[in-house]
Amino acid sequence: MAFNHKHLIDITEYSDADIMTILETAKAFSQVNERAIKKVPTLKGKTIVNMFNEPSTRTRSSFELAEKRLSADTMNFGGSSTSTVKGESLIDTVMTLDAYKIDCIVVRDKHAGAPYMVSQASPAAVIDAGDGKHQHPTQALLDLYSIWERKGGFEGLRVGIVGDIGHSRVCGSLVPALKIMGAEVTLVGPGTLMPARPDVLGADHVSAHLDDVLPDLDVVYMLRVQMERLEGAPFPSIREYHDLYGLTRRREHLMRPDAIICHPGPINRGVEFDSYMADHPERSVILDQVYAGICVRMAALYLLLGGADNGLSA
Amino acid sequence: MAFLLKSAHIVDPALGLDGVADVLIEGDRIAEVGPDLAAEGAEIIDLTGKYLVPGLVDMHVHLRDPGQEYKEDIESGTRAAAKGGFTGVCAMPNTDPVTDTGAIVQYVKTRAAEVGHCRVYPSGAMTRGLKGEALSEMGDMVARGAVAFTDDGHGIQDAGMVRTCMDYGKMFGKVFMSHCQDNSLVGEGQVNEGVVSTRLGMLGWPAEGEEVQIARDIQIARLTGARLHIQHITTARGLALVRAAKDEGLDVTCEATPHHLFLTEDAIDDTYPTVMKVNPPLRTAEDARALALGVADGTVDAIVTDHAPHAAWEKAREFAFAPFGMTGLETSLALMITHLVKPGVIGYGRLVELMSIAPRRILGVEEVRIEAGATADLTVFDPELAWTVGADGYESKSDNCGFDGESLTGRATDVFVGGMRTLAGGSVC
Amino acid sequence: MGTTTPKAVIMDETAVNRALTRIAHEIVERNEGTSDLAIVGIVTRGDILARHLAELVREIEGVEVPLGSLDISFYRDDFATHFAPEVHATNIPWDVDGKRIVLVDDILFTGRTIRAALDAVMDMGRPRSIELAVLVDRGHRELPISPDFVGKNVPSSRSENVRLYMSETDGRTSVEITDVAPGARIGSAPLGGE
Repeated sequence: MAFNHKHLIDITEYSDADIMTILETAKAFSQVNERAIKKVPTLKGKTIVNMFNEPSTRTRSSFELAEKRLSADTMNFGGSSTSTVKGESLIDTVMTLDAYKIDCIVVRDKHAGAPYMVSQASPAAVIDAGDGKHQHPTQALLDLYSIWERKGGFEGLRVGIVGDIGHSRVCGSLVPALKIMGAEVTLVGPGTLMPARPDVLGADHVSAHLDDVLPDLDVVYMLRVQMERLEGAPFPSIREYHDLYGLTRRREHLMRPDAIICHPGPINRGVEFDSYMADHPERSVILDQVYAGICVRMAALYLLLGGADNGLSA
Repeated sequence: MAFLLKSAHIVDPALGLDGVADVLIEGDRIAEVGPDLAAEGAEIIDLTGKYLVPGLVDMHVHLRDPGQEYKEDIESGTRAAAKGGFTGVCAMPNTDPVTDTGAIVQYVKTRAAEVGHCRVYPSGAMTRGLKGEALSEMGDMVARGAVAFTDDGHGIQDAGMVRTCMDYGKMFGKVFMSHCQDNSLVGEGQVNEGVVSTRLGMLGWPAEGEEVQIARDIQIARLTGARLHIQHITTARGLALVRAAKDEGLDVTCEATPHHLFLTEDAIDDTYPTVMKVNPPLRTAEDARALALGVADGTVDAIVTDHAPHAAWEKAREFAFAPFGMTGLETSLALMITHLVKPGVIGYGRLVELMSIAPRRILGVEEVRIEAGATADLTVFDPELAWTVGADGYESKSDNCGFDGESLTGRATDVFVGGMRTLAGGSVC
Repeated sequence: MGTTTPKAVIMDETAVNRALTRIAHEIVERNEGTSDLAIVGIVTRGDILARHLAELVREIEGVEVPLGSLDISFYRDDFATHFAPEVHATNIPWDVDGKRIVLVDDILFTGRTIRAALDAVMDMGRPRSIELAVLVDRGHRELPISPDFVGKNVPSSRSENVRLYMSETDGRTSVEITDVAPGARIGSAPLGGE
């Protein structure tokens, strides 16, 4: 199957077949990650720069581990010491990195569109590791992987995404990705946490009432309440948010017996969940998602840096 | 110096002129208008097939001088204006230092007289430093030649401050020009709130953030009796507010830009084109259609460019870091001819009202008629000249033009300012 | 993909089965039985041959030997110059430590596949030994690798392709030589034939 992508920036440019190729490949890498020697020589000699212009320990660690297990040479660039803080423009920074003769740039930036800018300024493959409130495609792919592992497919699957959708780059990729795969998506949250046009993301339904939609959901995807990102006061208190939108033991009777719980992490106990639900042995796939992150990122790097079929070399 | 302009199609709706005639310019004035004129010693310019109209005025321009001369200065900005067919521009006060005292107004006027390629009518800040907190020295600025007051670039957040400005400043008889932006709704908004803000994950700049202040400023204009002009109006509902105020008989006018008329938020695609980042933002196709109707029915009084030059490196940033604004002086006339006159939405008479008569009237600067004795501020354009935006570069120091590469029809060929030729055969003098 | 013209059938189904039976006997004989013996086939074709060999060993010795399949996509050294190969699952559901592993491939050519397979197996643990069984050795080695068990030595030209077809996947069992059309890839037949 042809996988004709140079970059992973906008998930809407990927077909259902492309996404399945990534998931299948991730499954093959899952075997590698289960071994005593969790490393393959696949990307030996390739240089990957992790350009994290805003701090993100988890996503960066996951990428770094994926790169190392593929035997790539990796370099971390950014954080509080980033050149952009010193006044250098993003384009100048990328041209500097390019002079190192690199093969791939993984970009995390607080500005929407930054990965596209990087892809225009550099011949390297670019992976969006989260840009502003725009997209976070590898997060969406690891979510799909975790759901696929548990549900076996996506067609007709009813997925509810609960919480801060309006400020979520995860939703920017996850909702379109779920739609590409044939799932039905419901967004749940107060009006203050909704995007201006949920339909533009691809949402089928929007609701402010978790209890109304919970009985229909196969997958309950709880978003992190990003206190640091909320500009105003989108809800009166954590107490009220937890009461209205927290997935708690007292709500379990509303859930389908086989409904699973996802969360992009890091979780806030007492906000999105109580501990009973966060740690639920049958329902919670939160730690599976973390593991899936390594496998999916290995798969994406493998497929994007994979040579002639995606136009990188003759 | 005398010029005999032969066989131009003269359009001056104030005089009901719409036909071919000759115009004789002697010194800074029009000496004679009529058929088959002859004049000894005058330079004869054949304008067959071209239109001759009262000199165009762009009442909303950022010349960036003093303070940001790397983007534009009075020489380059007025050069771009001449190229676009203008005989005068109104300079916005968001200079560095801010034009909030007579001294800066004096500087702008003096500098324009020295190096300018058109007249420059300075506007002064309504509030000191454009901060919306304290009155600027309006009297001093008027004494040095300020023609209007505006905090352009900022909405004045406090309604009481707007009232104070109008109540105090109305004694000078100048117009108050409002940039309408309620920061509590707009915040760090980057693009129109809706489809594009959602798809691109950027903070939205909602239509209501503009409309709320349009409504407020109309109320305060009624309260104070001051003259109000709404700057760069962008939404259908905002236009309805202005229409209602006019119907009520209030002295309220408004302006629209070619980019809000002929571009929409859909121009902002996945490539995050910062050239399309303007304030107020590009709105929906529906809003653009409403603006065009307003232009035709008279609700929109004036066409302005909000010419906002920025250095290339400033626009080559992340969208949120890029400054708001695009240039417009060199494309405004051609865009209006191509998109509104040629398709029959408006005629040349209405075009002259929008780009010459109304701006002069609102600013209270000298009105120009195509008749003997009038000041010879004249614009000549070729309505059939086809050209491509940016193909031969720009006269402006900056090239952040949102219409770059577009094929347009109609372009200024000759401009006279007080009888002096500033554009000759398409070249700036 | 360029078209290939069949030139000659080198082995028919009878010949393939005869060769496999002989190799199975040799494996048992060389290893003095089936103690710690395990068979690993390289996808795609070697794994099918491995299954046949394991079946034959069971018939000969009455013992079920551990069977596995190995995908070497992640270990290829031509990654940068060829397309990212479609990844098939590696399935070795037993501990490789201490095993006498017989690696099975269809056609031995440059030796690079075997080099990759050796690395892949080594990354899974520490086998006692690794032997190599191939149905066809067509020569042109680029690495110091030689097979322990060979079905048939087939002298070939570099401009020819030698391919195994198996009834399970291709509807016929045979080894065929074809001319390589310009631009066509040398290597295993695609699954399901052409």
